[in-house]
Amino acid sequence: MVRFNQTLTRARARLFPFLLLFLACVFLASIVHAVSIPSDLREIHLLNRLAFGPRPGDIERLKSIGTEEYIQEQLAPKSISLPESLTAKLDGLSTLRLRAPELFTEYGPPSAAAQKGDKQAAQRARQRARVIVEQATEARLLGAVESPRQLEEVMVNFWFNHFNIFAQKGLDYLWIGSFEEEAIRPHAMGRFRDLLGATAKHPAMLFYLDNWQNTAPGSPGARGQFKGLNENYARELMELHTLGVDGGYTQDDVITLARILTGWGFRRPGQPLQALRELRGQDLFETNGFFFDSNRHDFSSKVFLGRTLRSSGIREGEEALDILAEHPSTARHISYELAQYFVSDDPPKSLVDRLSKEFLDSRGNIRSVLNTLFHSPEFWDEQYFGKKFKTPYEYVISAVRASGYPITNTRPLLGMMGQLGMPLYGCLTPDGYKNTRVAWLNPNAMTQRVNYAVALASGRLPLNQSPINTTEQTENGQRMPSGDQAIPLEPIDTATLARTLGNALSAETRASVKESKPQFRAALILGSRDFMGR
Amino acid sequence: MDRRDFLKLAVLSTSGLLLLDGNGWAARATDDDKNHKRLVVVFLRGAADGLNVVVPYSDSSYYVSRPTIAVPRPNESGGALRLDGHFGLHPALTSVMPLWEKGTLAFVHASGSPDPSRSHFDAQDFMETATPGLAKTPDGWLNRLLGVLPGMRSSSEALSVGPTLPRILSGPIPAANLPLGKAGTRPTPLDRPEIQAAFDRLYTGNDPLSVAYREGEASRKKLLAELTEEMQMADQGAPSPVGFADEAKNLGRLMARDPGLKVAFIALGGWDTHINQGSVQGQLPNRLNALGESLSTFVQALGSAYSDTVILVMSEFGRTVHENGNTGTDHGHGNVMWVMGGNVKGGKVYGQWPGLSGNELYEGRDLAVTTDFREVISVVLESQFGLTSSQLNKVIPRGPKPTRDTREMVRA
Repeated sequence: MVRFNQTLTRARARLFPFLLLFLACVFLASIVHAVSIPSDLREIHLLNRLAFGPRPGDIERLKSIGTEEYIQEQLAPKSISLPESLTAKLDGLSTLRLRAPELFTEYGPPSAAAQKGDKQAAQRARQRARVIVEQATEARLLGAVESPRQLEEVMVNFWFNHFNIFAQKGLDYLWIGSFEEEAIRPHAMGRFRDLLGATAKHPAMLFYLDNWQNTAPGSPGARGQFKGLNENYARELMELHTLGVDGGYTQDDVITLARILTGWGFRRPGQPLQALRELRGQDLFETNGFFFDSNRHDFSSKVFLGRTLRSSGIREGEEALDILAEHPSTARHISYELAQYFVSDDPPKSLVDRLSKEFLDSRGNIRSVLNTLFHSPEFWDEQYFGKKFKTPYEYVISAVRASGYPITNTRPLLGMMGQLGMPLYGCLTPDGYKNTRVAWLNPNAMTQRVNYAVALASGRLPLNQSPINTTEQTENGQRMPSGDQAIPLEPIDTATLARTLGNALSAETRASVKESKPQFRAALILGSRDFMGR
Repeated sequence: MDRRDFLKLAVLSTSGLLLLDGNGWAARATDDDKNHKRLVVVFLRGAADGLNVVVPYSDSSYYVSRPTIAVPRPNESGGALRLDGHFGLHPALTSVMPLWEKGTLAFVHASGSPDPSRSHFDAQDFMETATPGLAKTPDGWLNRLLGVLPGMRSSSEALSVGPTLPRILSGPIPAANLPLGKAGTRPTPLDRPEIQAAFDRLYTGNDPLSVAYREGEASRKKLLAELTEEMQMADQGAPSPVGFADEAKNLGRLMARDPGLKVAFIALGGWDTHINQGSVQGQLPNRLNALGESLSTFVQALGSAYSDTVILVMSEFGRTVHENGNTGTDHGHGNVMWVMGGNVKGGKVYGQWPGLSGNELYEGRDLAVTTDFREVISVVLESQFGLTSSQLNKVIPRGPKPTRDTREMVRA
């Protein structure tokens, strides 16, 4: 300020007329600012971070109940009832209620014998099974757009990326929805140890990171493809799911953990449940299809992360998961990821420390850690407001939410995510999608987002076409042409949109919007840098 | 783009000023650019199994370690394609053999990173930043290369194929990215001048979003100007058979027509073969077949520009020498790099072979690294772009000094 005044003094003589003009502008700008509707920065912040942005009416409702009430409500999702308009749509997605073994029986590849007799059998089965990924997608996107339990939807997406699997690897096209519904969603705000265990035992994860084949060399069950160790899951379990890459484990720990997890798999085709149960004892099964094959397990003693394991057999794996879940490196790794998602790409150390402590004190209670996070000064520090660059997933969903359009057809959303490099359930590698600006800001992304904003705002995305419906599919899986022609949607109303977003647009954006033709204004708001941030 | 096209574009665009003022690949007129050298990096994400790409068939330990997935010796059925007395190429790569025979394709075996990490993500970062062991390096080495290349402005002239911008190109110099598949030239709302003009007003600043927006818009124009007609004439609806051949063909055409496009990057996934890797047929051979076909398509599309181009093919680390318990391989260390191009002294497998038995192995299990990947990059940068040692040090900080053997790989 001092320097500014000095500069003014020096400049005054020569630049007096300009200075007057400048001061006049400042004066006018401050009047404009004063008379403009006060923005709702705190409310917008909360809806940007605990939800996928505001829908029409969200800000008003949040103001009426208060931020604390909103946070507590979101932390207890079951306390919020789902609207019938949403449950009616979700109820139609029947494959989401099937467990992994049922999905295999109902939609899996035909037996080798059946394939021999019918060359097209496998292809037909695969086409029929496409409904599973379609319904999982439908459920995920409808929930993200329409569910009032927004924090749960945010956390499902967060944990899915943390424990990422890829829908197109092997049999995972059968199990992706079941993985999300059974392993992720029930524990999204529960105990980390439960979440870790549920993912470790789900056939989708066992398949994706190859542990279902991990076998003690020379064990009675070792044969064919199941002949020896496979390090894939053991490594990623420590590097990505728990300790973090610098969490203090060695290559020997990777091998030891792989040995601990030998025999962790799922019931394979041709292994009748009853016969196996009689053979190996009932406790080795879980209803999701998990199966511990003691015949392929390494029963020798082991030292893991410096600790001699007391248990053996399947208990040994549980003990290793206990050790990993309670490890300070895990607390730090998870806390960093949460702070990065909810606060800043480069999260303040003070916050990560506080969350780590809460993680350890609460023995991995995710809800407690989140509660601590949402009451941290860093979370409410205005320097971070709006500074997270939305991922394609967040951008696409938040725009539809802001539009207020009811959706019956999620395909335009899905297509856009794919074009932006973030196909849903389509991340090939186990690290999942990142949520940082450096990962998603690029030239092509900017033009594509703007194109999406224009199409959405003008009402041209067919969001009201008929939903994916299996009954429309013919015997060989071809979709029947839908007789239901979409009625064009009304373009988004600019004033309504601005109100939905809490009138929080920057002066710069407001000026550009004002200058442009009315039919482009809503698109400009959705395609602005303000809306690309959360 | 010739000057006439450029002017046409500038006139067509409602933001001609912006075109002239922009500072990315797409914004630049290149007529007065004398240096037509180009560099393309193809990154195989997931750790491609180099021992089954360039097969050390004379090393008996190879066959002992890989009872079911080894590639047979050259004169056996389904055997490797003979490169020399020690090495053979996987038979799925037959489409690149003509390049080997013409002497423009070389390999550097037992190459890789000195860092011991077996994490895909760390190891990829280390290779893309060219700072092994330093996870915090903010920019990629291709971006730093753009920073030292001479040019009219601080312009990027770089393109990544695909919907995101990889670490290797991230940094202060703007780089474009475009998906170059079939759908790439479909009309979009922003192609309409009045919509474009409205959004241009939103993104006039020097903030990262504005810079990215302008680069995106300009590269889009350039793509439409360079490719639409030709693509529509040549490929009317014919889908390419494998891999990234469409993208490779379009990238090759863009680079051939525009000497200002100096640096390109493309990444391919699907190499993390922990199970059922396959020997002569299967997962890895399918990927290799796609890679070979696409590379050969790319070289064809480059045409005479191939003589000014070097293509590097690399992957974050190699895979275990021994096959694992599920006819796959786990994360290893040393790997093979490919170096192709008009100035490459090819037809030779470079590097010192460390052997595959007992104490020759890195940490008792992996192919050792005898050539640091930064040596290979360094000699390519020196010969392609004539970098001085201080420039080179900016791109590859504290890199190792290339050996004489590695230096011989490219003509000065």
